[in-house]
Amino acid sequence: MSYILNPFDTIAVEEALRIREKLGKDVEVVSIGVGGPGYELDLRTALAMGADRAIWVESDERMDPWNVACVLHAIVKREKPSLVLMGKQAVDDDSNQCGQFLAAQLDWPQATFASKIEWDDQCCRVWRETDSGIETVMLSLPAVITTDLRLNEPRYASLTSIMRAKRKTIERCELHELGVENHPRVRLVHMESVSTERKCVMVDDVGELVDRLRNEAKVIT
Amino acid sequence: MNILVVVEHNGTVMSTATRSAFTFADQLAQEVEGEVKSLVMGSAIQGVVQETSRYSPVLMAESDELKFPVADRYAVVIEKCVRDYNIEFVIAASTTFSKDVVARAAGLLGGAMASDVVGHTLQEGKLRFRRPMYAGSIIATVELEGSPQVVTVRATSYPPATPKEQTCDVSPIASIAGQLPDHIEYLALESKQSHRPDVAEARIVVSGGRALKNTEDFEKIVGGLADCLGAATGSSRALVDAGITPNEMQVGQTGKIVAPDLYIALGISGAVQHLAGMKNSGIIVSINSDPHAPVFEVSDYGIVGDVYTLVPEMMDRLNAR
Repeated sequence: MSYILNPFDTIAVEEALRIREKLGKDVEVVSIGVGGPGYELDLRTALAMGADRAIWVESDERMDPWNVACVLHAIVKREKPSLVLMGKQAVDDDSNQCGQFLAAQLDWPQATFASKIEWDDQCCRVWRETDSGIETVMLSLPAVITTDLRLNEPRYASLTSIMRAKRKTIERCELHELGVENHPRVRLVHMESVSTERKCVMVDDVGELVDRLRNEAKVIT
Repeated sequence: MNILVVVEHNGTVMSTATRSAFTFADQLAQEVEGEVKSLVMGSAIQGVVQETSRYSPVLMAESDELKFPVADRYAVVIEKCVRDYNIEFVIAASTTFSKDVVARAAGLLGGAMASDVVGHTLQEGKLRFRRPMYAGSIIATVELEGSPQVVTVRATSYPPATPKEQTCDVSPIASIAGQLPDHIEYLALESKQSHRPDVAEARIVVSGGRALKNTEDFEKIVGGLADCLGAATGSSRALVDAGITPNEMQVGQTGKIVAPDLYIALGISGAVQHLAGMKNSGIIVSINSDPHAPVFEVSDYGIVGDVYTLVPEMMDRLNAR
């Protein structure tokens, strides 16, 4: 069995490593990064944590979630993993789309925002964090799972693993080698920073607070 | 131009957030000269369909196979409706339901998606969507390429639509029996029952952070103050991680985004990720024992002190009337 991971996400890497440790079978953990030079460091970290191999798809252009999914799709077709694990959202664009796009393209089952995963031989049970509480689903494999923050606490790479990781290769490839072209679906036109500061009135006691909320702010009766 | 609102419901009623999706859809319809319809999926959905028909004509997808919101099945139904009805915009409220189901549908439809939209403009024939990035510290303006365009909207940015007097038409979609995938099995939903309003919909939210040591204290202090005010309770991530509060109470970048008239933060330091979830609230009040807590920088009122002493005092004051 092999597992593929997406643009740097330590929680997903950690989960893959735990699955390998738990199943004790012939399981390979492959870490993938799509993007510019920063990814090389991220992939070295994944290798130092314990991933077996890494693939770096180099791209200078900004790639939206759809196009990242297209790249991952091409890798999945080549590597044929049983499971793709990735973070539920990237903390820069906060889109929360890529995993779902990949699962749709592959026509694989998905479980998003996973907070716990349990394994069977042919399928897995996933606990998902939703607005209404924790939902449990069972997925047949192969599948795509996106990870939520509480899934695990990632290990730190020990000095020995970092040294050992230097011997592992990072395979480098480019979009055209995978037969993928970057056709943006989302064009970023403008960014503006948002100021959230407010002028805080510090009060000395709760009596004054309640009075101000009632009579000044008028938000309570 | 045909606009489709994907309705979220709990089997009995349509979600309040979906009414915000209707507001956006109606605005869009005016701007692009389009027509709005909606899609309700599930089994035994007559009640929800009736309610929804007061917001737009309804496409009804009723089947035992759709009893639970399983992503791959629901996404296929959405895709089918888009093709059968020439839909150019698929709209939903930004919730975990739409992130799971509607995003997958967008993946079947070419990936032109803008999530968690907080505003939009139509300039020189081009639609532009504003959406938060970097935990809400940046607002990005984006354009989508391709059709259909899939847009999820932040409910706190679009007020809920009011139902119409007359109901609109309801039509069942063409049969999907035997055409739906079967690789995800829905097993259970564990939901904490509460007598309090929903944190994302309440007018007042009382939220607790690391200062609260355990569930009992949370209930007494945060819950107690919430009950005085008829408020909902919210939580920082730290308490959910510690198992003190359930995940559905988490307010923040990776939890719920709320914008009540009044947000009271008790013992919450004010990490950027938490602020992302509440900084658009009307009035923000913070109580924290640390005078340098970053939360005071985004608050309208603040008290430095121990929530264990100050909150019971505040409750007495409120109850005194």
